[in-house]
Amino acid sequence: MRNKPKLSSVFLNGIITENPTFRLVLGICPTIAVTSGLINAIGMGAAATFVLVGSNFVISLLRNVIPDKVRIPCFIVVICTFVTLVQMLLQAFIPSLYASLGMFIPLIVVNCIILARAEAFASKNGPVASAVDGLGMGIGFTLAISIIAIVRELLGTGCIAGIPIFGAGYDPMLITILAPGGFMVFGLTLGVANIIMKRSENKKAKEAK
Amino acid sequence: MSLHVSIAPHVHSKDSTATIMRDVLIALLPTTLVGVYCFGLNAALLCVLGVAAAVLSEYAYQKLTGQKVRINDLSAAVTGLLLALNLPGNAPWWMPVVGSFFAIVLVKQLFGGIGDNFMNPALTARGVLLASWPVKMTAWYLPTFCKGVDAVSTATVLGGYEASAMDMFLGFIPGTIGEVSKVAILIGFAYMLLRKVISWRIPVVMMASFALCAALFGMEQDMVTSLLSGGILFGAVFMATDYTTCPMSPVGQYIYAVGCGVIIAVIRKWGSYAEGVTYGILIMNIVTPLIDKYVKIPVYGQEKAKKEAKANA
Repeated sequence: MRNKPKLSSVFLNGIITENPTFRLVLGICPTIAVTSGLINAIGMGAAATFVLVGSNFVISLLRNVIPDKVRIPCFIVVICTFVTLVQMLLQAFIPSLYASLGMFIPLIVVNCIILARAEAFASKNGPVASAVDGLGMGIGFTLAISIIAIVRELLGTGCIAGIPIFGAGYDPMLITILAPGGFMVFGLTLGVANIIMKRSENKKAKEAK
Repeated sequence: MSLHVSIAPHVHSKDSTATIMRDVLIALLPTTLVGVYCFGLNAALLCVLGVAAAVLSEYAYQKLTGQKVRINDLSAAVTGLLLALNLPGNAPWWMPVVGSFFAIVLVKQLFGGIGDNFMNPALTARGVLLASWPVKMTAWYLPTFCKGVDAVSTATVLGGYEASAMDMFLGFIPGTIGEVSKVAILIGFAYMLLRKVISWRIPVVMMASFALCAALFGMEQDMVTSLLSGGILFGAVFMATDYTTCPMSPVGQYIYAVGCGVIIAVIRKWGSYAEGVTYGILIMNIVTPLIDKYVKIPVYGQEKAKKEAKANA
């Protein structure tokens, strides 16, 4: 990637072609843990996006200074800084979200999407492209976990973002908001995403011919 | 498509999936009839809906994915009926529909269809229903003719309901549609043994190991009640013996059956659920590939070769 990548394609890359959840299958722990409700999923997505943009930007600036052998600890230090920032900001301004995400905010540090982007993109590209990559990846992650959260919350409580959709007659299917249901819904949405991607790839291949 | 290569000799018989499944359906008939007699028309409706939903799900899935439609092998019908028999008699009508859809599409077809599922579809669906609607799945009531009124809700025997051994044997106790009548299950068991659909190994060893554990652990119930209450007999005869999800070799089947019995006893004694048959069998379903890996069927002729080798030495 010596020649400068186009910013728009870097941005779209994270949302569709290399969607962290559906294409790279990274960051599955928060994906299962916080997708029992849409609000939580969007909160987690926003927090992770903030950390991704910040850490990608800073790591890209430092990429020529960091010695290769100790790059992982260096990346982690940068990521930790931004996670701590997010945690303090949430605690100060959105305490309800802070309370419901709980342990999963500090765990953003070990979200492998962030480390993977630092390693695969930010350490090889300029700061602006890296920030855009972080933004694209973050939005892709947020969209993916929001889709899973909508399915799980709708089936498991009959609501979306706490707003009743199915009415009082619906008897919620509890298992979808429990851990096993999380794995099932994730697997099924992953399968659907794979089918859609395969179809569009086939279409492109046909057009190219 | 996966090609299964079995060890020689390749003897051909008239048995096919369809004939075996038809025998299982016939074996389930007494249980179903007693269940309907005990719990009334709603139980019959649940059974019909369970079977219909299972067959329709299989048909729709195979049509949509462009596979050969194989509903004529009756395996989907068996799954649907088993699931319905695992519900309380007053369950709402949509429960067997959701359960059958789950069993056929998610547990069976997505893993490759008949012969490739790693857990018993009907039992897995029951587990999902139990986790999703715990109140409706444990709303027990007495068979209608016992008290002369429509529905008396009560605990099961494992939950503290007092019943005589005869009532438990005949099925005049609260429970799921299929599990209450032990005599009907035993008739079905005898029929399947006679037709050589299943072997005696898994059911008998599972009940024996459970009884031994029950004696060792000191259950709240006495031995007769332990054996005649809950779904253990139904599970041992119809659920644990599923061809796909139990080990192939006789020794493997003993290990599997003992495991089922021990886990059920442990859950009943110390678990937070009153009954542990569902989870006991499901756990051993998951262990089955491991058992099959380490306990292999001896190759035909191997025993004789070993003996000859010994004699020569």
